[in-house]
Amino acid sequence: MQNWFSIRLSLSERTNFWLSLMAFVLPLGAWSAFSYLPFLWHPQVLIQQAGGTYFRKDDRVDKKDFQQENQRVARDGGQQAVGRRVNPSYLPAPHEVGKAFYIAFKTPPRRKGEKWLHQNIWDSIEVIFWGFALSSVIGVPLGILCGSFSFLSRLNEPFVDFVRYMPAPAFGPLAVAILGINDAPKITIIIIGTFFQQVLVIANTTRQFDNSLIETAQTLGADRLKLIRSVIVPGILPELYRDMRILLGWAWTYLIVAEIIGAKSGISLFITQQAKYRNYDNVFAGIIIIGLIGFLTDQILGLIGNQLFVWEEREL
Amino acid sequence: MTPDYIESDCYKQQSEAVRSRFERIKQRPVLLEVEALDKIFEDREEEIVALDDISFSVHRREFICVIGPSGCGKSTLIRIIAGLEAQTSGNILLDSQPIEKPGSDRGMVFQSYTLFPWLTIKKNVMFGLMMSKINRRKATAEAMEWLELVGLSEFADLYPHQLSGGMKQRVAIARALANQPRILLMDEPFGALDAQTRAQMQSYLLQIWRSIDITIVFITHDLEEAIYVADRILVLGANPGHLQEIVEVPVPRPRTPDQFLSPEFLSTKKHLEDLINPEKRLMSEKIPIPRMTSVGDEVF
Repeated sequence: MQNWFSIRLSLSERTNFWLSLMAFVLPLGAWSAFSYLPFLWHPQVLIQQAGGTYFRKDDRVDKKDFQQENQRVARDGGQQAVGRRVNPSYLPAPHEVGKAFYIAFKTPPRRKGEKWLHQNIWDSIEVIFWGFALSSVIGVPLGILCGSFSFLSRLNEPFVDFVRYMPAPAFGPLAVAILGINDAPKITIIIIGTFFQQVLVIANTTRQFDNSLIETAQTLGADRLKLIRSVIVPGILPELYRDMRILLGWAWTYLIVAEIIGAKSGISLFITQQAKYRNYDNVFAGIIIIGLIGFLTDQILGLIGNQLFVWEEREL
Repeated sequence: MTPDYIESDCYKQQSEAVRSRFERIKQRPVLLEVEALDKIFEDREEEIVALDDISFSVHRREFICVIGPSGCGKSTLIRIIAGLEAQTSGNILLDSQPIEKPGSDRGMVFQSYTLFPWLTIKKNVMFGLMMSKINRRKATAEAMEWLELVGLSEFADLYPHQLSGGMKQRVAIARALANQPRILLMDEPFGALDAQTRAQMQSYLLQIWRSIDITIVFITHDLEEAIYVADRILVLGANPGHLQEIVEVPVPRPRTPDQFLSPEFLSTKKHLEDLINPEKRLMSEKIPIPRMTSVGDEVF
């Protein structure tokens, strides 16, 4: 046990698996404890029988108010209210959210023109995809060029570094004014949020590339074009792939902001609507869905990466 | 430390066989000529003279070693010959043509193995061949021949990280040679290897050198290594980097590890030691060793 706290201890695969599982089980356990153990938190009371109090059935009232009102009624000789302790409606229990997952997909749109949840999710994925793809088409080559040629780096990076500090959502109103209210401004926000980071991160990755490999290739007769094509690009590929995974994660964080710009759409539309209807279980389901999509994509990309770069020396 | 009874000038006495070999070498055409080479690094306001007026010539199929104390600019010298750095003044001629940029006529082997990790061993060796636009099939066949020469053909499809240090360096040598360069430049190629592997690699390199038409310029800080492999040794001095002496190694060829204790070998080594660090003996007497502990009274 005390061994777990030796610095940089490498763990067995079994231990790693169980720890990763615990990483999810522990927060879920805490959530369950707060939801199912009535003596933990549960600051409100759900009225089951109103009796002589001014409460109505199914009201959620604060514990303190409940006790005061019951004391008042008891003094007057009336019938006390009966209720059970509950959490506020904004903290649904795990099983309620689990149910909401299922129900959310089965619930038809309330109004005409609204979309099913899976259609909303698909909209989100499309926005992310186009934003990230368009950003990468320019950002990746530009990053590699900036990392390879110092003059391009000096010419570009100071400005890019400057723009990077402007929060992407700040461009929202401008994007709507120029591009209308549909998907175009949303994709633009994702691009603005991704592109500038992308250029800097990839330029940096390219600069970190082992210079002695470039020199070796030169002594083997590689010219400039071949240095980039046959040495730098294949050499940085695993690192580039990791960068792209991280950048994709950032793109997801811009999604929610992007989607409430102009005409609301996608998974955030679902979340804001459900919050308005006070279906907090659905809200949680929506948030968790975003997490799940992001997490699963990253895990799958990680697995693919392991297959792609068999030549890499890995620390196990 | 070389024993004191070895006279440090008997390295000049060459046996008949050695003398005639040096005469034959001098009759061969000059392959590389370095004339009055200067290199000055400008560091803000300071100018650091890395190389000062270096001149020497290398004959075809000669094996030249460059030694010198750290900071004498031996790496800078070989990088300028490779074309990776520009000289401040002076000329370098390879086959009478001035050198301006890196090219496939000068192969280079670095201390850090510098194999391309994303390519298999075979494709690493093919790299230079593919750059010169010969077709893939021919390049593959040639690469396999070179791998055969360094004894690694069965590892052709492995990746560099799966090989040991010595094997990696053999691949690097095969890769440099596959381009059929005029000259092979080696910058402390065995410096990162353990002593045993290093000794193996030295014999190996001599074998390869004997079997193909290649001229070698080899940097090392290991004096024994230099004497073991070289025909002539360029001894550089530091601050600024200058050429102290060119030593003709009097140890007859073919070389074997047994010669490490021969009088020619030892006297050459002593002479090199004196050139590189004349104050070494004095220094060891000057450094005071304070007594730090009361433990170990019985140790002398």
